[in-house]
Order: sequence, then structure tokens, then C-alpha cells
Amino acid sequence: MSDIFVIVEHRLGEIRDITFEMLWKAGELAGKLSHTVTAVLLGHEVSSIAEDLSDRADQLIIYDDERLKNFNADLYKEIIAELIEEAKPPLILIGSTSWGMELAPCLSIKTGLPLATDCIDIMSEHGRFMAQRQMYNGKIFANVSFAETPGCLITIRSGVFPKDKIGDRQAQKVQKDFPLADIKPGKAFVEFVETAAGDVDITQAELLISVGRGIGEEENIALIKELAEALNGVVSCSRPIVDKNWLPKYLQVGTSGKSVSPKVYIAIGISGAFQHMAGTSGAGTIIAVNKDPKAPIFRTAHYGIVDDLFKIVPVLKDKIREAKKG
Amino acid sequence: MDIVVCVKRVPLTEEVDLVIDAQKKGVKKDQLAFVLNDWDNYAVEEAILLKEKHSGTVTAITVGNEDDEEVLRRCLAMGADRAIRVEAGDMSKFDSFGIVKILSQVVKDLPHDLVFTGVLADDDSYGMVGMMMAEELNLNHSSMVTAIQLEDGKVRTTSELEGGLGEVSVVDLPALITIQTGINEPRYVSILGIRKAAKKELKVMDLAELGISDEELAPRAIIEEVYLPPETEGAQMLTGDPDKIAGDFVEILTKKGVME
Repeated sequence: MSDIFVIVEHRLGEIRDITFEMLWKAGELAGKLSHTVTAVLLGHEVSSIAEDLSDRADQLIIYDDERLKNFNADLYKEIIAELIEEAKPPLILIGSTSWGMELAPCLSIKTGLPLATDCIDIMSEHGRFMAQRQMYNGKIFANVSFAETPGCLITIRSGVFPKDKIGDRQAQKVQKDFPLADIKPGKAFVEFVETAAGDVDITQAELLISVGRGIGEEENIALIKELAEALNGVVSCSRPIVDKNWLPKYLQVGTSGKSVSPKVYIAIGISGAFQHMAGTSGAGTIIAVNKDPKAPIFRTAHYGIVDDLFKIVPVLKDKIREAKKG
Repeated sequence: MDIVVCVKRVPLTEEVDLVIDAQKKGVKKDQLAFVLNDWDNYAVEEAILLKEKHSGTVTAITVGNEDDEEVLRRCLAMGADRAIRVEAGDMSKFDSFGIVKILSQVVKDLPHDLVFTGVLADDDSYGMVGMMMAEELNLNHSSMVTAIQLEDGKVRTTSELEGGLGEVSVVDLPALITIQTGINEPRYVSILGIRKAAKKELKVMDLAELGISDEELAPRAIIEEVYLPPETEGAQMLTGDPDKIAGDFVEILTKKGVME
């Protein structure tokens, strides 16, 4: 019997959802393959976190040390590499998050184990794992297999698996000592900084009119503002608009921006990259306008319009004004 | 301050129908237009901004064929001092790990206080080359960086976390940093600028010259098959002329209770 390892991600005393999602997938695979699930928790004063994981894994390995108070990829890498060397797990799951994207590639080189990132599913065939992932912004899917090595590393995209418990588990806790006597990491944590708040809070809006790269030029944003005004809704946007400084960061919907939950979300010129769609999962109805019929947004939107936004939006604006008058 | 930036030429795939190749290992690329990977564009700009402020050199590197030189010429036109292309033959046989081996071998022999890569490339979106190189070259690192400030022998970075949170760190030099989009406003490059930059050095190296054997480049993660996304129910499409579409649109908004 072997262990599937899940590296626990937590921040400011709270377990990140991705941890529960990885534990769900690990539990599902473990059930099929008669494996067990081991959660690996690095941190400082983590007893309440450990408690919340106690029925999600068969084993919980804990490194509790002041030097692990903040995430540090160098320390995580050294400790986890040593643990992998000792336990030889066939599969190690890490979140495809900002922190996981720093840790996993380092760990892959350090351990010599292959890595597939940002995976949306894991299959098991003849005792080998295979990962499913997306390329070209979700327009193509790929199945990735691994070279013959004692194990493999897979990072998991947030939000693709349930956060639920799976199976009946009671974690045996194993406390381990911080194994690195005199390591001095080359990177030191300073502080967390929040995005500056603005005059509107898009997380509270009932109707969002969201604009993406398809708007083309900065001056065209005015068209979206006019539509929002006619509808008495709030303007939001996808990442490229913030990157170009056309709208402020506090209006950005998505993984690195805000998660929103309006009754209606109107997406204009947004292709629907998963990082954006992750922020819209709370929306009641999504209506998308995009020129590209293959844009991934049409896979999740409830209503779609394949057309030039510059043809649709002005007519729509007039219709709305007319309807509101009448 | 010597800065090395690793860049990649990628196809534009928005508003394009992608066709899977006969081997089902990738997409047909002969009809696609190519550009400098968006993240790398920001990385090159950031390197040049630092050079303008603190002096030093900027070297752009890519692994690829002759066509890929077009993105290096763009980097030179933006202000990079020199460029290196590693000719590696058929690129489809490499995974990220192989690319990391090649890039590391080149960077190792160049002066480097900082090495930049984009967070990820727009084509395969693995997002692993940067941090793998950091480990391979034993460099300190910071990832998904949206702000950089040089301090005495150190660099202060802000990494983008989820939900609008940033993490500020101080990293000892030399360091590898993966650059996130939006960190700066990449400068405009004119055709004339590219022509002028033709005088700058663009060196071509091959794998033999770098002393890398085929075994070292054997892929660890192997694409078994690529395919079009499985069918989903998808959106209900509103069709017709703009007037008909707008009418249906208003009806939906009314039904959902947001037309008050």
C-alpha cells in the first residue's frame, strides 16, 4: 500500500480551499487504488488547522516550527524533498496556486520527479498516473503521462474538484522536527499588501457589466460605461484591462481579483480564461458577447451572442433605454 | 546590473480555430500568426527599465528555430543589448524540463545578477520553466512578481497571490524572478526600430556547442494526446440581427429582475 501525498496550503491561519479539493481527489484515487492519503502540513502553531484536516486523510505529517510561520518555497522544498526521499509516494499533489507555482517546479528539479502543472483531472491506468490539462487558454485539452520514475508531482487547478470529504478517515498524526539545522533561505517574507479599495465594491453588485480584451482600445471603455449607466449596473473587467491600466484593479473579476455573485453578469469581449471564470462562479446568470464562437466563455455562460460587440452594445443600450421609459 | 531574460515566440490563438495535427500531439501551426509571449514582453520591458535606471546589460535568450529570431529582434529593438538563440532542431521532442536544461546551460556562462522569465507562456501554459531554472542554477527566487525595487545587493519584490493579495519579500541577488503581466507598460516597437536594431548582436548556438547530450534532454512529462474540449451543454445562443438579439437580451434581463 502506498501513500498519495497532499501538500496542505494555508494562509493567515486558514486552510485554503484548494487543500480540501486536492484531498477529495487524493481520496477518490486512493479508494480506487487501495492507497492511503497523507496530508503534509508545514507551519507554526497549526493545531487548529491540523484539527480541521483530521477526518480528511489517513495520515497527517506535521512540521511545526517558527521558521515555517510564513510560506517559504526554499524551506518547503528542502523539507518535502527529504520526506519524498524517505516515503517514496507515487503521487504528490500541490495546488496550482501562486505558492504552488513557485514550489512545485523547484521540487521537481530537486527530486528528479516529473511535474505536470495546472491539471484538471488525474487518471490511473495500469498503475501509472496520467494528468489531464488544458492548453491554448482552454481551447485544447491534453493528456500527459510521466517518465518511469518512483513518483510524480501534479499541481491541481483551483475549483475543479469538490471540497467535500470522501471516505471515512481518521488521520494518524505524526509530528516531525524541523530537519534543517542551519539553512538560511535567500528570500525573506516582509508583509502582505491588499489591493486598494475603490469607490464601488463589485462583490456587492447585483448587475455587473464586465469588459475584456475584445474592447480593443481604451476609449471604447466609454461604451461599456454607458451601457452600465443605462442598466443602472456596475462596470467590472478582466485582467488584461487592468494590466493596461484602463480600469483600476479593484474592478477586476477573477483569481487574482475579486469573486463576484451578481444576479446577472454580462461579459463583453471576454474570452473566458479559467482565471477569470473562477471569479464568476457565484453569478446567477452569465450572458457573454464575443466574436469568437470557440471562446471558452461560451462553455460556462448561460446565454451567448457570437457577434461584434460594437454592433450589439449600441443597439442594446438604446433598447434598454426604450424599455425603461416604457 | 546584468539581466538575462528568457523569451518564447507563441501563436496567437484568440479568435482562431485550432486544428489538431495528425499525430494528435499538438496543433497545426502553419496558418497561425506568432508573437512574443505576453508575459515575456513585460519581462523584457522590466529588464530594460532596470537597466535604464541602474545601468548594466540586458541579454534576451530563446530556444528555437530561425523563425523565432523575430521575437529576439523585437527584444533588441526594445532595448536589449544582445540576443542569443539556441538552435535545438525539432522542438516538439522537448518538455519544459529539456528547455530548462538548455537555457540553464546558456545562462550559467553569462554574467547575471537577475534572470527574468514570464510567469507562463500563452501556448502550453505550464508555468514551470522559471522556477525550474532557479533550482537548476541554484538561484534565489520570487514568482508572479508585479513590482520590483533594487536595494543594496537585494531585490524587493511583490508577488501576486489570490484574491487581490500581494506578498512583499526581500530576495538576495543573484535571483531569478518570474514576471507577471501588468508590472509595467511595455514600450511600442516600430518597424523602423526593429530595422535599426538589426545591427545588434544576435548569436546562434547549438546543443553540441553547449555540451548537452540527448539523454539529458529526455522528456519527463509526455503529451500522450491532445484533443478538442469535450462537448458541454454550453450557452443558449441568441441569434438574428442586432435588433432581434438586443430585444431577446432585454427580455432575459427583465426575467432575471435586473431591469428595474
